[in-house]
Amino acid sequence: MADQPTKPTQASLNKKAVQNTAYKPSGVSATGRNARRFAVRLWAVRHSRGLEWFYARFADLFLRLHPVWKAIGYDRAERPVKFIEKHVKGFLFDCRMCGQCVLSSTGMSCPMNCPKQLRNGPCGGVRANGNCEVEPDMPCVWVQAWNGSQQMVENQAILTVQKPVDQSLRETSAWLRVTATAAADRTAAAAPGAPQ
Amino acid sequence: MSQQDSNPLDPSALLEPLPGHSSLGRLERILRRGEFAVTAELNPPDSANPHDVYERAAIFDGWVDGINAVDASGANAHMSSVGICALLTRMGYAPILQISCRDKNRIAIQGDVLGASAMGVQNILCLTGDGVQAGDQPGAKPVFDLDSMSLLETIRIMRDNSKFLSGRKLTSPPTVFLGAAINPFAPPHDFRPHRLAKKIAAGAQFVQSQYCYDIPMLRNYMQQVRDMGLDKECFIMCGVGPLASARTAKWMRTNVPGVHIPDDIIKRLEGAEDQKAEGKKLCIDIINEVKEIEGISGIHVMAYRQEEFVAEIVHDSGVLKGRRPWRRESNPVDEMVAARMEEILEEPKQLPHEMAGAAGEPEVSD
Repeated sequence: MADQPTKPTQASLNKKAVQNTAYKPSGVSATGRNARRFAVRLWAVRHSRGLEWFYARFADLFLRLHPVWKAIGYDRAERPVKFIEKHVKGFLFDCRMCGQCVLSSTGMSCPMNCPKQLRNGPCGGVRANGNCEVEPDMPCVWVQAWNGSQQMVENQAILTVQKPVDQSLRETSAWLRVTATAAADRTAAAAPGAPQ
Repeated sequence: MSQQDSNPLDPSALLEPLPGHSSLGRLERILRRGEFAVTAELNPPDSANPHDVYERAAIFDGWVDGINAVDASGANAHMSSVGICALLTRMGYAPILQISCRDKNRIAIQGDVLGASAMGVQNILCLTGDGVQAGDQPGAKPVFDLDSMSLLETIRIMRDNSKFLSGRKLTSPPTVFLGAAINPFAPPHDFRPHRLAKKIAAGAQFVQSQYCYDIPMLRNYMQQVRDMGLDKECFIMCGVGPLASARTAKWMRTNVPGVHIPDDIIKRLEGAEDQKAEGKKLCIDIINEVKEIEGISGIHVMAYRQEEFVAEIVHDSGVLKGRRPWRRESNPVDEMVAARMEEILEEPKQLPHEMAGAAGEPEVSD
C-alpha cells in the first residue's frame, strides 16, 4: 500500500482552495503573527528565577507607593502606568494585556500567547519537538512555562487551577489592580471586622 | 380532532410540504395564507427540568402560532434555545429558534442549525445578540464571529444550496423558515428600512420588531418600507408587550439596549390607579393600532414575567379574528391505550402459576 498516494486531508484541501495571489499571509493565527521573535520571550523564561526575585521587590515597591496612587487617584494613574506596563511586559513577555497577570505562576511565560489561550497547562497537541500545534514554528508556551517554573522558588504555583479569564478586564493595568487588592487586604488584616 | 395546520397522521409531526413554502411548519403556512399571526416569547427556565418548559409553553396553548425560544437573552445564561426547541417540538408546538452570534462561532452555529432541524425546528430567528456586558457574566468572551446578516446568509446557503459555508455538502438540508429582527425605533432612522432590505436580500422571510411603544415612528418606518416594496417580500411582525409599571418602563428605557419608550407612555402609566392593568390596556391599544397599519402581518408578544396575560391580550385585541391557533390535544390513540391500561389494572389478576396450582391441589372436601 505504500506506493499508493495518500488521501488528501481537509487541511491540505483548504490550503489548495485558498486564492493564489501575490500576497501570502505569514503564520497561521493572529497570535503567531502578533508575536515578534521568540528570543526575548525565551530569555525571560531562562531567567525566570531572577525575574521572580525582581518582581517581588517591584510589587513591594508598588504597594509601598499605595498612598501615592491613592493621592493621584488609581483611575488617573491607570493610563500612564498601563502605557509603561504594556511596553515593558510587551518587550519581555509578548504581553497581551489580559489585565490579570499570571506570569509568576507560569514560569514567566505568558499563557495568552498560546493560540488557544490556555491558562492551566499544555494541550494534547504539542509537537514532539516541543513546538505549538497551531503555529509550527513557535515553541509551546507551556513547555517553556514548565521549564521556567521549575527554576523558580515558587515552583508549585503552576499547579494551582486558574480561573477563567475575565475578558472585561482586558487592556487594564494588572500592576495597579494587584497593588490595590493587596492594600485592601492589608487594611482588612490591620482592622479585623471593619467593613471593607 | 382535525385542527387546521396539523398532520392528520400524527398531530405532533411536521406538515406536508407545500409549493412555495420553505419549511414544513405552521407559522409559515399561516403567514403565507395572509392570516394575522401571533407569536410569543417563552421565558427560558434556569433549570434542567423539562416540565418547567412544558408549563411555560402551556400558558400560550391555543393563543399563539409560534413560541420564541430565546438564546441567552440579555447575555444571561438560561436553558439553551436548542434545548427548549427540542422539548417544544416533542409536544408538537411550533417553536422559533433564536440564534445569537454572541456565544457561538460559525462552526457551532451550523452544527446547531442541523441539530435543531433534525429535532423538528422549522423557524429560525437570526440575531446578532446583546453584548456580554449587558448580562450577569460580563467577563465572558464575546464571540461575534458572524453577525445577523451573515448568519441569515449562512443558513440560507445551508437550506437552498445544501452546503456548509465552506462548501462541503449536506446530505439533507434543513427546511427552515428564516427570520430576523428589526428595530425601527433606533437611529439612524433613514438607514433602518435599507437595513431591512439587506436582511431580506440575505435571506430573511419574516422579521420580528423590537418593542413598539411609539406608533407614529412605526407608521413613518412602515411608510418607507412600503415605498421600497419590502412588505411584499417579507412578513413583518410587530413586537409588543405589556409594561408592568412606570418604574419598569423607566428601567427598561435606560437599561435594555434598543428599547424606545416615549414620555407620554410613562406619563399615562404614572397617572393610572392600577399600573399593571393600565400597562395591559396600553398594550392592547397599541396592538389595535398596529394591526391596522398596512404591511404588518402579525404581532410578537414579549410579556416578560407576565406570560399569563398573553392569552388575555390576544383575546381582547381580537387580532385572531375568531381563528383558533393550533393547540395541544392528547392523541386519541394514546387516550385509548391509557384507558385500556387502567381497565387491565382493575381486572382480577389471572396468574397462570396460581391457576395451575389451584387445579393441581387435591380436592379434600370429597
